[in-house]
Amino acid sequence: MAEALHAVGRTRGMGELIDVEGKVTEIAPFGRTLAELAHERPEIVGLTADMGRYSDILPFRDAHPNRFFNVGMAEQDLIMIAAGMSKAGKIAYCTTYSVFITRRAYDFVSIACAHSMANVKIFAGMPGLVNGYGATHQATEDINMMRGIADLTIIDPCDATELKQVVRAVADIPGTVYVRSLRGKVPVELGSDYKFEVGKAKIIREGRDVGVISTGYMSARARDAADAAAGQGLDAAVLHVSTIKPFDKETVLSFAQRFDRLIVAENHKTTGGLATLVIEALYEAGIMKPLIKIGLADSFFECGSQEYLEAKYQVDLPRFVRAIVEGR
Amino acid sequence: MSTLNHPPENPDIRALKGRALSLRRKMLNMASGKGEGYIAQGLGMADCLAALYFHELRYDPADPKWQDRDRFLLSTGHYSIAMYAVLAEAGYLDETELPTYGLNGSRLPMSTFDDIPGVEIVGGSLGHGLGQAVGMSMALKVDGSPARVFCEFSDGELQEGSTWEAAMGAATFKCDNLVGLIDCNGIQADGPVTVKIDPVADKFTAFGWDTVEVNGNDMEALVSALANAREQDGRPKAIVMRTTPGFGVPTLMARERAHFVRVDNSEWDSLKAELEKENG
Repeated sequence: MAEALHAVGRTRGMGELIDVEGKVTEIAPFGRTLAELAHERPEIVGLTADMGRYSDILPFRDAHPNRFFNVGMAEQDLIMIAAGMSKAGKIAYCTTYSVFITRRAYDFVSIACAHSMANVKIFAGMPGLVNGYGATHQATEDINMMRGIADLTIIDPCDATELKQVVRAVADIPGTVYVRSLRGKVPVELGSDYKFEVGKAKIIREGRDVGVISTGYMSARARDAADAAAGQGLDAAVLHVSTIKPFDKETVLSFAQRFDRLIVAENHKTTGGLATLVIEALYEAGIMKPLIKIGLADSFFECGSQEYLEAKYQVDLPRFVRAIVEGR
Repeated sequence: MSTLNHPPENPDIRALKGRALSLRRKMLNMASGKGEGYIAQGLGMADCLAALYFHELRYDPADPKWQDRDRFLLSTGHYSIAMYAVLAEAGYLDETELPTYGLNGSRLPMSTFDDIPGVEIVGGSLGHGLGQAVGMSMALKVDGSPARVFCEFSDGELQEGSTWEAAMGAATFKCDNLVGLIDCNGIQADGPVTVKIDPVADKFTAFGWDTVEVNGNDMEALVSALANAREQDGRPKAIVMRTTPGFGVPTLMARERAHFVRVDNSEWDSLKAELEKENG
């Protein structure tokens, strides 16, 4: 990767993550990787619903202008066109904000795409509180909605390293895939030895005292919190569940059995998302342990910066550290 | 005008009418004894389907996924009785399977699913067809394929906003390999079409489509409209078809215009006799 793709710093654009201070970041890993991959895979097309800039698909547009289509502010049409193109032999990568894919185009994702195992790969931008435009733009229940669709694969990548692997991997995952994408300067959190495998949860930090089960960029925050907690005598392990569906129940259960207490963390409501999946799995397996849910309440959320919102709604780093160290 | 993909210069109207009659016979046989069904819509669409499958479309029933086939998308999946009839007539389905239509466990349910040979999309959730047809049209253009895309959708379906998103997209992306076949039969689930839909043709013209309005039960008019729709001038083509539900069976044509027509078991033989008499 060229030097110009990396940056260290805190200046952020629309919908960029806050966890960049002192960290290496990569610019537009989704769009740049897609542009690369499309050189190898001529059947790839890219689409957006007037969210090219804010989904990072523009590097693909610039590299493959004849295979890029902006359908305008028409998310139902975006998904229908992607489905139709896939049924004529294409792999259709499409982008807009998570809220518009899930709330507005749900029937089309379900029936036009997933039911037909259509090769549609949805990179849904700014999930959860990454978007500061309030409830209209914050997809805080998208996992809950999308996990209700049969035959749909759902992935919540942690960082640039994983997102780039996901862009490539989904081309070979049969059927429709929903990815909670990350944009802008995306932090590089996982080591170069990290290997994304669809349907496989991975331990990204070992520990003895507390087990944290998390997804998306919250896994990096959980690891940072575990590092901070280590100075206070608590050794936390972090299991990163990047594939929400199919859910890696086996790995989650074997991980959970090792610890006296658990934490589940997600950039999503604590109802219907990862916490619900984990609790269902634990209950069915007869595993009852103290468990703290870090995530959003069943509410609508206000506008504001990501720092402000995450502190207000208690999904920030201090919240993680408190959960690990104090067990509350 | 492109030289690709042209059907015969001189359509055999008499033969096509014979195909339409055969489709209507199949539909009445499939519906017989079921007591209910979308028989009225199916009978209304028989002429269009005969014109498509036995004149206009290029396809190979032995190779349903042939990449350069013309695609026909039935957006109104509940017209499945008509789709199965034409798929059997065209050789995709064995005619002996047709009596299972609508029965539990059948491969031929009351709505169309794309695991059936010759069915391109899951129909039935209205407002899904045209957008997928636009996507197919765009993909085929990217590939330089001579294949064309034909999408049936209905007047009731025009109430779905997604149809208009797709209509805009088709013009934007210059989908002149796409033909919209709009079945205006005047009925929807609760009875007559309730929302002010007309003027349908003017709406599509305003959206950038090359539009024509025909009697959808007039074979000559249908074949002529399909021929005109071959022109590749950058504009998607719309054929607004005014069809009569139950066409060919006077009792059904006269019955209260209903989306889901009820027929007593004792009536089927007389309905079949009416069809033969009308075409006698």
